[in-house]
Amino acid sequence: MSREKPKSFQSLILTLHNYWAEQGCVILQPHDVEVGAGTLHPATVLRALGPKPWNAAYVQPSRRPGDGRYGENPNRLQHYYQYQVILKPNPENMQDLYLGSLEAIGLDLRTHDIRFVEDDWENPTVGAWGLGWEVWCDGMEVSQYTYFQQVGGLDVSPVAGELTYGLERLAMYVFGVDNVYDLPFNDPDSPLGATTYGEVFLENERQQSEANFHGYDVAVLKQQFEQMEAQVPLMLARSYQDKALVLPAYDMVLKASHLFNLMNARGAIAVAERASYIGRIRDLCKMCASAWVEQQEAA
Amino acid sequence: MPQLLLELFSEEIPARMQAQAAKDLERMAREHLAAAGFLPEALKTFAGPRRLTLVAEGLPLAQADRKEELKGPRVGAPPQAMEGFLRKAGLTQDQLVERDGVYMAFIEKKGRPTPEIVAEMVEAIVRGFPWPKSMIWGTKKLRWVRPLKRILCVLDREVVPFAIEGIPSGDVTEGHRFMGPGNTFGAQPFVAKDFDEYAAGLEAHFVVLDVEERKERILEGCKTLCFARHLELVEDQGLLEEVAGLAEWPTPVLGDMDPVFLSLPPEVIRTSMRTHQKYFAVRKAGETGLAPHFITIANIQAADGGAVIAAGNAKVLSSRLSDARFFWDEDVKVGFKPWLEKLNGVTFHAKLGTMAQRVERIEALAAEIAPLVGADVAKTQEAARLAKADLASQMVGEFPELQGVMGGYYARQFGLDAEVAAAIEGHYKPQGPSDAVPTAPVSIAVALADKLDTLVGFFAIDERPTGSKDPQALRRAALGVIRLVEENSLPISLSSVLRKALEKSAESAFANVAFSLREGRSTYTFSSSSGDIESHESLSFLGSDEMWDALVARRKLAVDTALPQLLAFFADRLKVTLKDQGKRHDLVDAVFALGDDDLTRIVARVEALDGFLKTDDGKNLLAGYKRASNILKAEEKKGALLVGAPEAPTADSDAEVGLYNALRLLDKPLKEALAKEDFTGAMTQLAELRGPVDAYLDGVFVNEPEHRDNRLKTLTAVRDAMGQVADFGLIGG
Repeated sequence: MSREKPKSFQSLILTLHNYWAEQGCVILQPHDVEVGAGTLHPATVLRALGPKPWNAAYVQPSRRPGDGRYGENPNRLQHYYQYQVILKPNPENMQDLYLGSLEAIGLDLRTHDIRFVEDDWENPTVGAWGLGWEVWCDGMEVSQYTYFQQVGGLDVSPVAGELTYGLERLAMYVFGVDNVYDLPFNDPDSPLGATTYGEVFLENERQQSEANFHGYDVAVLKQQFEQMEAQVPLMLARSYQDKALVLPAYDMVLKASHLFNLMNARGAIAVAERASYIGRIRDLCKMCASAWVEQQEAA
Repeated sequence: MPQLLLELFSEEIPARMQAQAAKDLERMAREHLAAAGFLPEALKTFAGPRRLTLVAEGLPLAQADRKEELKGPRVGAPPQAMEGFLRKAGLTQDQLVERDGVYMAFIEKKGRPTPEIVAEMVEAIVRGFPWPKSMIWGTKKLRWVRPLKRILCVLDREVVPFAIEGIPSGDVTEGHRFMGPGNTFGAQPFVAKDFDEYAAGLEAHFVVLDVEERKERILEGCKTLCFARHLELVEDQGLLEEVAGLAEWPTPVLGDMDPVFLSLPPEVIRTSMRTHQKYFAVRKAGETGLAPHFITIANIQAADGGAVIAAGNAKVLSSRLSDARFFWDEDVKVGFKPWLEKLNGVTFHAKLGTMAQRVERIEALAAEIAPLVGADVAKTQEAARLAKADLASQMVGEFPELQGVMGGYYARQFGLDAEVAAAIEGHYKPQGPSDAVPTAPVSIAVALADKLDTLVGFFAIDERPTGSKDPQALRRAALGVIRLVEENSLPISLSSVLRKALEKSAESAFANVAFSLREGRSTYTFSSSSGDIESHESLSFLGSDEMWDALVARRKLAVDTALPQLLAFFADRLKVTLKDQGKRHDLVDAVFALGDDDLTRIVARVEALDGFLKTDDGKNLLAGYKRASNILKAEEKKGALLVGAPEAPTADSDAEVGLYNALRLLDKPLKEALAKEDFTGAMTQLAELRGPVDAYLDGVFVNEPEHRDNRLKTLTAVRDAMGQVADFGLIGG
């Protein structure tokens, strides 16, 4: 299958969409709650649990408030895109499918050095872990490849394979760009004019960085966190058509998690408190995960 | 004789697990084959990034037939016993033979075909393999380190048929993921019916099977690249082992580094290359310092000769080193003082307080040690105070293994005294048996204080090494202390420095208690050095004065309990060290029994004793000591022995007079030699006893009633005299 090498950030995304659609994935849009990583989209965290097959791919804007650098660091962003693929059960040839996606975006595997380097993934806030690799291309980490083993503190069966591509970094490598803000967002030869990543996001990075580090009111964040935390069990206690309201409850977990990240960026969380906050979010997530699995198995 | 070839082909196996996996595969296969009565002529295993392989030569195609004799019940035994036996043997009573009043069963067991046994063996190995971490995948329940894709299993060129959770055995494997024979692209399966075909196939498909060959290929490749550019490889065994597990067709590629980064400390460049990128560093031939290049070990012989790989890796390295330079630039803007403040917020250990508290303890302890090792007290204190500051620097945050090293660089950058900078840099040393020991007095004082504080802290809270577990690396810390003292010949009493360290540690815990009292907290979790002071609820009914007194008592108790335990721990460590140097551990016991805790003196005594016991006099005197001491022990059982010096013998016996005189003559020079710590001299003095003791034990009958008391006193005198040098009773024959 011959494809034209993508020329811009957005065509890289479209190429991946096409590629994974051809493999049979459902192409989703981002989840509309702030998350720190594509994994946290309910299409991964929840769908990885339970017996039903599920194959999906999507872009997820990810927020890491503490990583903001006011647009001054060429590699670090507090808001960036992850491309996420989840295949459950993971097909036998998942590694080959993954390598096919690299070829699709224009990496010639005869001249590049692709390596699978041990990296066991773990996300303590959602009680999830798995085994896998970071995938290196010429010494650069281009993806995270994980076989989930536990999510929400529960063993998975069947196993979902997860692929996460850091889109900005991958694009910088493919296009030979040193500064993320110089990435061509659309086709540089577009008749409507070229737009760079910086034109789209630089101002956002500046303002959000200031808000993350100085703007948010810690007391308000804390209050909101506690409200969300209190709401989760209440929401799970409600049901509709005999099903506990897991999906709205999980959204609240995500909000709590983001509020925690904001407090952390504001420096409002002491080292000793950190683990306890993470534990609180994990407990909420576990409640949702258990309720979800129950519904999946009953159906 | 038939050959067995087994390959377990999977997705990429973590590099760090491969060597052990090859050993485990070999061990498990040997055990299974032995249990089936097979002893292969040769058995070898290999591990690589995607495969574990076993080849066993010289297996029969079936087990030999076996005859088993089973002993049954006696003639006339109750019928239940007979029934049970028949059931077990699967026989009827008329098939039994009576022999010597016992029923015997003779069972012929047909040997089973080897393929059956191999199939069971492989299944047992796959299901029971001790991977440090394993996983399930897809819809399977099978566990393996990563998804298991193929099982190649041939015996005598025939497939051994079986399947494990839907993975069938076969005679097909595949080679390199990307490179195929004749310049083709992509993995192509090929058939291998024996090891020769397998090895040849792998080579044609760009896989080096043997890790030793992969390492050679890497080193050779690196050297060729270096030679052409007049460079030298900075060898790194650990890195070599790792990269040899990351590529099936390891292919070194030389890349360029922007020379502007050479202004960074070489340790930073090397660590960045090694930990993040797994690159080798290079230097100009015959020069120290690094050259602006690196070597990466690719897994592919690239179509373009590696130009894209070199350029890509160079770019990644540049961004890594830009980060490092950013950290350096930021760090030198900050400096030690803000870092020290940050240490207040860094927990060293939940029960041992913050890093800042630890620094206070180390500083106080180092100040007390300084005069003992001839170090300037003010400089020692300064170095100790700043030693941990770099933990708060960005560079050490990124590269924890550069702790200390960066502190040294920053100290010099900020223009601190050279001795202080060296002490900061070296205070973690020695970190292993091959690591250098600091020799400058200030460095010694801080390095000792650092390790002693760790040791007493964790002993006091009962986190001690058990078996193979030593999470706080306390054995290494104790060994570090021993080497610092011994290699610098420091005249230090271990118990007095340990006591000082324990007290500092307890004071630090006390500060927390006092704080809590002041805050009026009824319960507090705090950094306790004294183990049993953790929950004070039992004390809360007391008034604060009484509570304070109770704490003081507990603190004293904790110090008194921990001290002997620490000394015993050191004795153990010293034994291990001396054993590694070829010294006998019982000699260490014999010397430790004297209660001396000056490590330098202990080592000198052990060495002198070791030398003495290798001489004829030494061996014989030890034998004499044991005879004398056995007699004394036997007599002690009858009643307490009289104390006091023996009197001149009244019986007319040369042997008695001889020993009496020898003991009298020995006394003064022995004491003098010991006072001068001339242990070899003391041994020479003891050697004088050998002849008289031998003659005495051979010629004198101790238990003659009228002489018994005096003769026992004589033997006691021998034991006591020798006991000044070592407890000979603890020395093995």
